[in-house]
Amino acid sequence: MDELLGEFLMETAESLGEVDVELVNLEQNPNDHDLLASIFRIVHTIKGTCGFIGLARLETLAHAGENVLGKFRDRELEVTPEAITVVLASIDRIKMILAHIEETESEPEGEDTDLIAQLNQIAEGRMPSGVASPAGETEPAEEMSEAEMEMAAAMEAEPEPEPEPEPEPEPVAEAGTGEIGTRPGEVSLDELDRIFQEADGPEAAAAAEADTAPQSEPEPEAPSQLPAAPAQVPATTNKAPVPAEDEKRSKETAISNQTIRVNVELLENLMTMVSELVLTRNQLLQLSRSEELDIERFTVPLQRLSQVTTELQEGVMKTRMQPIGNAWSKLPRIIRDLSIELGKKIELQMYGADTELDRQILELIKDPLTHMVRNSADHGLEMPDARRAAGKSETGHVVLNAYHEGGHIIVEISDDGAGIDPARIKEKAIQKGLTTESEAAQMSDQQILQFIFKAGFSTAEQVTAVSGRGVGMDVVRTNIEKIGGTIDLKATVGKGSSFKIKIPLTLAIVSALIVETAGERYAIPQLSVLELVRTGEGSEHKIEEIQGTPIMRLRERLLPLISLRSHLDLEGGDMEDIESFVVVTQVGPYQFGILVDRVFDTEEIVVKPVAPILRELTVFSGNTILGDGAVIMILDPNGIAAETGEILVPQDKFKDEEAQRVDTDDITSLLLFRSGEGGPKAVPLSLVARIEMIDLTKVETSEGRPLIQYRGELMPLVPCVGARDLEREGGRPALVFTEGRRSMGMVVDEILDIVEESINIGMEASAPGMMGSSIINGEATDVIDAGFYLTKAFGDWFRTQNLPAPDQNGRKSRKKLLLVDDSAFFRNLMTPFLSSAGYQVTAVDSAAAAMDLHDQGRDFDAIVTDIEMPNMDGFELARRITTNSRWKKTPIVALTSRTNASDIEKGHEVGFYDYIEKLDRDSLLERLPEMTS
Amino acid sequence: MSTEVMTREASGQEIDQMDHNVRAVMDGGHGTTQLVTVKVGPQLFGIPVLDIEDIIGPQNVTFIPRSSPVIQGALNLRGRIVTAIDMRRRLGLPELTEEKNRMNVVVERNGDLYSLVVDEVGEVLTLEDHAREAHPPTMRSSVRDVSTGIHRLDGHLMVVLDVGKILEF
Repeated sequence: MDELLGEFLMETAESLGEVDVELVNLEQNPNDHDLLASIFRIVHTIKGTCGFIGLARLETLAHAGENVLGKFRDRELEVTPEAITVVLASIDRIKMILAHIEETESEPEGEDTDLIAQLNQIAEGRMPSGVASPAGETEPAEEMSEAEMEMAAAMEAEPEPEPEPEPEPEPVAEAGTGEIGTRPGEVSLDELDRIFQEADGPEAAAAAEADTAPQSEPEPEAPSQLPAAPAQVPATTNKAPVPAEDEKRSKETAISNQTIRVNVELLENLMTMVSELVLTRNQLLQLSRSEELDIERFTVPLQRLSQVTTELQEGVMKTRMQPIGNAWSKLPRIIRDLSIELGKKIELQMYGADTELDRQILELIKDPLTHMVRNSADHGLEMPDARRAAGKSETGHVVLNAYHEGGHIIVEISDDGAGIDPARIKEKAIQKGLTTESEAAQMSDQQILQFIFKAGFSTAEQVTAVSGRGVGMDVVRTNIEKIGGTIDLKATVGKGSSFKIKIPLTLAIVSALIVETAGERYAIPQLSVLELVRTGEGSEHKIEEIQGTPIMRLRERLLPLISLRSHLDLEGGDMEDIESFVVVTQVGPYQFGILVDRVFDTEEIVVKPVAPILRELTVFSGNTILGDGAVIMILDPNGIAAETGEILVPQDKFKDEEAQRVDTDDITSLLLFRSGEGGPKAVPLSLVARIEMIDLTKVETSEGRPLIQYRGELMPLVPCVGARDLEREGGRPALVFTEGRRSMGMVVDEILDIVEESINIGMEASAPGMMGSSIINGEATDVIDAGFYLTKAFGDWFRTQNLPAPDQNGRKSRKKLLLVDDSAFFRNLMTPFLSSAGYQVTAVDSAAAAMDLHDQGRDFDAIVTDIEMPNMDGFELARRITTNSRWKKTPIVALTSRTNASDIEKGHEVGFYDYIEKLDRDSLLERLPEMTS
Repeated sequence: MSTEVMTREASGQEIDQMDHNVRAVMDGGHGTTQLVTVKVGPQLFGIPVLDIEDIIGPQNVTFIPRSSPVIQGALNLRGRIVTAIDMRRRLGLPELTEEKNRMNVVVERNGDLYSLVVDEVGEVLTLEDHAREAHPPTMRSSVRDVSTGIHRLDGHLMVVLDVGKILEF
């Protein structure tokens, strides 16, 4: 394709994406002059460029659109939803034409008289008649004559338009006259400018440097460049008057110096090379550990190489990172169109749009995300009157939330609509032959909901124009699993539904667990691995059989097991340790154990596709070369789960377990370990990001504090209370605590077990860093205060340095607290902390969940809530509780980082008893007794 | 035409060198093809030099469970993963009875590398194309399907293999 045309298509596509978003914004803020100016400029630029490269049909259409926008801008016309609908329709038509051009390099046949007529009607202040008359030739004629006039005027000014001095890939943005102005940052190169001016040739078009100028926010200078003169009609051939050219150019140069356009393919190649470099580095590191080499002389340059490689890898990865907001930019428009089409009131809320992920992944999740948002709006949300009848606000909410969690990206799509009724799903699944009555009867609601991800299942009662476009949830799931992600669904009838997608940060390099079965090694992507459990002799976990299916009791749950040995038809290997480890794996909500003989380390691997003749083996997602040079197959947990089918184990046990769990909310998973003198110690498992073996020879010291290089950064190490000083050789396990980008390692002697117990602090803390002792597994166990160690590692993690002594009075009465916080980290931190202070804590992750507890008839002595939460924030929660609920008298404390005066005032207004800074745990403990008395 | 004799230790560079020679020959339009002779079982085969990326000695091969028995496994060639094809099985010949260090003839197809695992690698022959004869009708189909013809050499026959067909199964 012609380079110029290609460039034009790319830039126009970018610009049009913005126009979509901005038009929807405009509808909501019709008086936003900056917004108008920005939209006008984009459409104007498109028109100018079309003229320049001779796309007449596009130009005519864009011109009519620009006319209307110009009148909006000059306040000659009022912005109405109807007018915006027509403008959006013309944008869609432009996109359609562009798509055709992209395929065939020529404009499609046909006319746009219908749209142009409607646009002109709007421009003349009349409402469009809806259907344009088929013989609407008068308007186009008028249109043409106008265009001709421009042309004539332009020709006068420029009797002999010269051809381009040289074909340039980036047309210079000098379209139109000075009043209209081009966006700063549009002009590509200084040099080009000069050539163009000297040549005095026809200039038009725009090099919309979307990468350099974030156009969603109009430049602050924009209004000043746009005096409210009547919309100037720029001609296709127009001499470029350049007022304030110098000033503009200096700014443009500054921008273009900071960023360059790089071909994505080039970046992909770079990434591949870096991946290879990482592998080679790993191989060298492995070599250096072997004893035959002269290590002393080898180590220093190798470490340097290792560091450089890590930095290079991160650098290259960063070039591929893009904010997830890029994949969301179309959504406001979609929601806006949907709300009109369906007659629903929908509000789209987006959080974490700046969360970055690999562009390759971004591309792959774009469609699934769009589909799911559309689904939520179409099937999830009810009609306004139905919502009113259900006691909800008329406006339905669709919430998108993206954030990092443990090296992955989590994207949540939730709505406060009708939820999904498992009974209906069950009926439909049976009707579609996806399951049988008897099978379905055994399933939990959660399992039944999973049917919506099965091929051949569509939940819509009727297929509307909106959904039912051939992309079912099964395709969504397949696409997400293709990139090594998982998708999970939660829904409550009448309350809404929520999808949770977990995806890796990048596809290029993944962390994998290396296991061995029958003498062969395999890699399992860490993303799917929940935990490792040792079975067999001397272990409390025994493999049992139910109806021929091997299962294991894991914390009183039944886990179906798959023997890798028999699944892969393997024989031989070390028969002594046969199947002595269970890799607990999660695929969607389905958990199963993979039986393996041995477990090695985790390793960073580069996933390489298998040869085509091996593609039909769905048990493998690829292969890779390990540090020692061996080729290893990468197991695909999704494929294994699909092949074995979701093994159903009798669910009664599960149900009892879950019911029990609701009753005793303060049960926590605890990691038991040994460190130094005394009995076992425990820490809430959910606080621990990972457990790593630390090579003590690699420990460095800075300012007297031990550090280790960990995932390319320095991680402080802290010894657990009562532990010996760190030795300088050998390996020790370390519990890694992570928040945001910071990690801390707590070095311990030995990992013992994971148990589920309620923390019931029976003895006061004897030393700082301890919460106190609790009876766990029948043994007195010290519960560690993770907060204390975090403070030790990073002074600013928490402001408070010393742990307050647990409140003895509080413990006697065991006051009940409800903790509402959307951050799992803080929930997990505060729960044991408050428990140790003698409170019985129930923690929930959202205001809605808190209201559920209210509806279930639970009561508390006090409520501690975060303010900033998706869907319903703390203010709204407090308002609901204090206005009309059974909890009206329950004191509510806001625990938040938002502590400016206006927030505090607002807090008191909506009925907060107190307002405490999130990290100020002392104040909270001080206030709680008086509140709950 | 001289005949280069290739030993088992022949390196990639030598192959590359031969590659150039062959191209020179082909450019000359003599209608000849250079073939590397290999032995699988008792039979002598010829693989066109132009199809060959590399010839390497015995390698550690990772077994690929549940793959076709023809696939011996995967191996690492200078950081690239090569899928190894057991030529005895591919050609329907009996399994090797005694331990033997077998050779890997590495070929490329659509960007992927494959190794044809053979018993022995012999020499490079430059043969006239018109001397290539059609298969005798009695030839077993497992061999006939993957070859383009036979050459009559001193005292024995050499079957010319078609690399593309070998990789279709």
